[in-house]
Amino acid sequence: MANDESINHDEPLIFEKSSPGRKACSLPAADVPEQKIEELIPRDLLRDELNLPELSELDVVRHFTRLSQKNFGVDSGFYPLGSCSMKYNPKVNEDIAGMPGFTEIHPLQPAEQVQGILELLYNFEKYLCALFGYDAFTFQPAAGAHGELTALMMIKAYHSEQAASGKSSAEHRNIIIVPDSSHGTNPASVSMVGYQTKVVKSNGRGNIDMADLKQAVGEDTAGLMLTNPNTLGLFDEHILEIAETVHKAGGLLYYDGANANATLGICRPADLGFDVAHFNLHKTFSTPHGGGGPGAGPVGVNKKLEPFLPVPRVIKKGSDFLFSIVDFPRSIGRVHGFHGNINVIVKAYAYLRSLGAEGLKDVAENAVLNANYVMNRLKEYYYLPYDRTCQHEFVISAKWQKEKYGVKALDIAKRLLDYGFHPPTIYFPLIVEEALMIEPTETESKETLDAFCEAMISIAKECETNPDLVKKAPHTTPVKRLDEAKAARELNLRWSN
Amino acid sequence: MRYVPHSSSDRTALLSACGLPGMDDLFADTPAKARLKMPLAIPEGISEPELLAELSGLAQKNSASSWLGGGSDDHFIPAALKHIISRSEFYTAYTPYQAEASQGTLQSIYEYQSMICELTGMDAANASMYDGATALAEAALLATRVTGRKEIVVSAAVHPNHRAVLKTYAQAAGLTVKEVAFDPKIGQTTDSLALGTASACYVLQQPNFFGCLEPVNGLAGKASCAGALFIVSVDPISLGLLKAPGDYGADIVVGEGQSLGNPRSFGGPGLGLFAVKDRLVRQIPGRLSGLTVDKNGQRGFCLTLQTREQHIRRERAPSNICSNEALAALAAVVYLSLMGKQGLRQVAALCLQKAHYLKKKLGKKVVFSSPSFKEFVVKSEKPVGLDLNRFYPELKGCRLICVTELTDKTALDRLAGEL
Repeated sequence: MANDESINHDEPLIFEKSSPGRKACSLPAADVPEQKIEELIPRDLLRDELNLPELSELDVVRHFTRLSQKNFGVDSGFYPLGSCSMKYNPKVNEDIAGMPGFTEIHPLQPAEQVQGILELLYNFEKYLCALFGYDAFTFQPAAGAHGELTALMMIKAYHSEQAASGKSSAEHRNIIIVPDSSHGTNPASVSMVGYQTKVVKSNGRGNIDMADLKQAVGEDTAGLMLTNPNTLGLFDEHILEIAETVHKAGGLLYYDGANANATLGICRPADLGFDVAHFNLHKTFSTPHGGGGPGAGPVGVNKKLEPFLPVPRVIKKGSDFLFSIVDFPRSIGRVHGFHGNINVIVKAYAYLRSLGAEGLKDVAENAVLNANYVMNRLKEYYYLPYDRTCQHEFVISAKWQKEKYGVKALDIAKRLLDYGFHPPTIYFPLIVEEALMIEPTETESKETLDAFCEAMISIAKECETNPDLVKKAPHTTPVKRLDEAKAARELNLRWSN
Repeated sequence: MRYVPHSSSDRTALLSACGLPGMDDLFADTPAKARLKMPLAIPEGISEPELLAELSGLAQKNSASSWLGGGSDDHFIPAALKHIISRSEFYTAYTPYQAEASQGTLQSIYEYQSMICELTGMDAANASMYDGATALAEAALLATRVTGRKEIVVSAAVHPNHRAVLKTYAQAAGLTVKEVAFDPKIGQTTDSLALGTASACYVLQQPNFFGCLEPVNGLAGKASCAGALFIVSVDPISLGLLKAPGDYGADIVVGEGQSLGNPRSFGGPGLGLFAVKDRLVRQIPGRLSGLTVDKNGQRGFCLTLQTREQHIRRERAPSNICSNEALAALAAVVYLSLMGKQGLRQVAALCLQKAHYLKKKLGKKVVFSSPSFKEFVVKSEKPVGLDLNRFYPELKGCRLICVTELTDKTALDRLAGEL
């Protein structure tokens, strides 16, 4: 994001730049004899007008270039957005995913024409199984929340089958337990499969409160959804006991892999007792976020849940790779129109091949090291609710600043923009007041981490000396604080002339 | 250590600042018995040139398709589009939670929403869904929430994979799906709407999976009389010529938007289009960018109606969707800007003219008699296009052919000869 004055001017809407008769596209003339359109399509199915803007190619390029300059990405600067793993997105992976052999293939082509991509998917599944400890993966889920939903569908199918075969009273298993620190997608996914959410408390060390969990489990437990390290950036010290408690009650364990960056090569969710897990390739595997997607949320399962994986699945027969549906009659079915966000998966595969087993472990170690370094530098200046070795991220609070100077986490976040940094995740997890959740990632240098710490310390001092400066921030961005209440009250979601 | 900048002295300095003796101490909370001891069965890392060689080897084992459509269509992508969406300020950004640092993404989403509304004739569009199939499933879920009913009625001429996803979602949510047959002679959905007092919605695709145009006028009234919502799934390219679903009464419009400037990429990323009439805005799943002003009164954009969404409403949210297909939506708004008023119409007209040239040449081999857009079904044993037997056993020996503005006359003549 450019901080110069020129960018602070309003860029008109593309519709406002339209001029009748102007044209950017260049298409060939019809090379076949043309008929009147009304002879081919009944008049009552045709439209009268189409009010798209009319611009030259340069108009369009300048418009979107100027919009891009009002954006902040990982390439623009440090982006410590907690639980999002905003690490560097390697350029070579973009080039690879753009190869015509990957972009110009159709999802319904015969397998013999697409052996390369099938081989890639087959091998990537094998490597992901090795890395996380699972028996099989599906690539269909297009994002983390989509992976959660897919996993819950499988858990439900599993319990229905158990009930049908008389193995348990599974028709009454309809409760999914989540901790109070969970992502909002967890309970939202639970509702989509007709299950109910039960919340368990976290204790003073940021772990799940075991007494509360033991009370929560029972014959109605379908499963537990957990992020580990959790959204406080802490590894749950009772993870094995948690798994045992849920399994004993007849429930399954689901791993929300949003924070898997801290575990690569250190431990595997399947070994911790998680029966099923999703991983965000757009976080842990460095594929870019694209301003909110496309991501990819592949789901790994152990033997218990493998029969329920979505179809089709890639299999190998002899030396040939192919898609199969018929081999998996207990599948929950499809969750994506085709095979998932394959182009994202190509980038993630390239990332895994670049790093190899050792490189993946380096990712986790350095991500955790960077987070601990920043946490230790900041804890003098900001309240640290859980003073433990953190994993890839940590949560501090603007509680002191709010109590003494009336400055909130939101104000500090906005002030960071003036220092050229993207703010951390704020007001999450919900159990920490005025939360600032900071995830530096492994790709940042000591110099960058120091510069960020200096900015945070400087803002803490501004809170004492000139709190208004912080409360009115940002001062240098293309727009100042936006009236969100007005946006919701006077809803305007589309341009109209 | 690819992409990790620390030297060993950096690491020592960082560790000592944390008061920790070694890297292993960072993971003291991980139970010892769960720590990985054996090496992972993952190959060693490779250098950038080796990576490029290996991956281009895999890419070369794939060959390009022809005559295949079905929601993953080969349309022209102007060169300027790739340059714009490759600007890393767009593609390396996260979801625009910090509006002041995300005006580029937010304004482009607002423009995208506006163009999707224009194309579909609807009042509000969201920032995108994963793909056409999941958009359709979420539309049906919306209808069941709004009507309090549990039956989803869908035409058998809706994309088979979209119906498959719908069934997966419905099964998990405890809803039933009822299919309406298509007429084997004309290829349109039979007129018996089959809507009852339990029906939440009627789902139709226009043009349908066979490329046939459905006689859509009047259906909205029938659905509404039965107390059901009318959901239409569209091919956005066809809307360069076809009547906007909002103009024939659709309550929700969904569709696969890949054709708007996104490559096929083996079927993903797709782009789920989702647009509704005003009265359903607060039920819409996913993100919305709204226009507002900043504290100085300058125009700006922010995510709005966020209180509907999962991160605030949690188990009561209308959907769990969080990440969507933002970059594919950016490609779509750039595509529609480059094509403009004349261009999109021209693309649609070229598809129509070329498809009909081939259709005419094939004469009696064409299976369905109803008017069509860029796809149609032929009877042929030749391995061309999409074999429909896998989706419709009753259409054994029938194949779906897709023709776009990129198909030239020579190829059309050659195919006509082969068939």
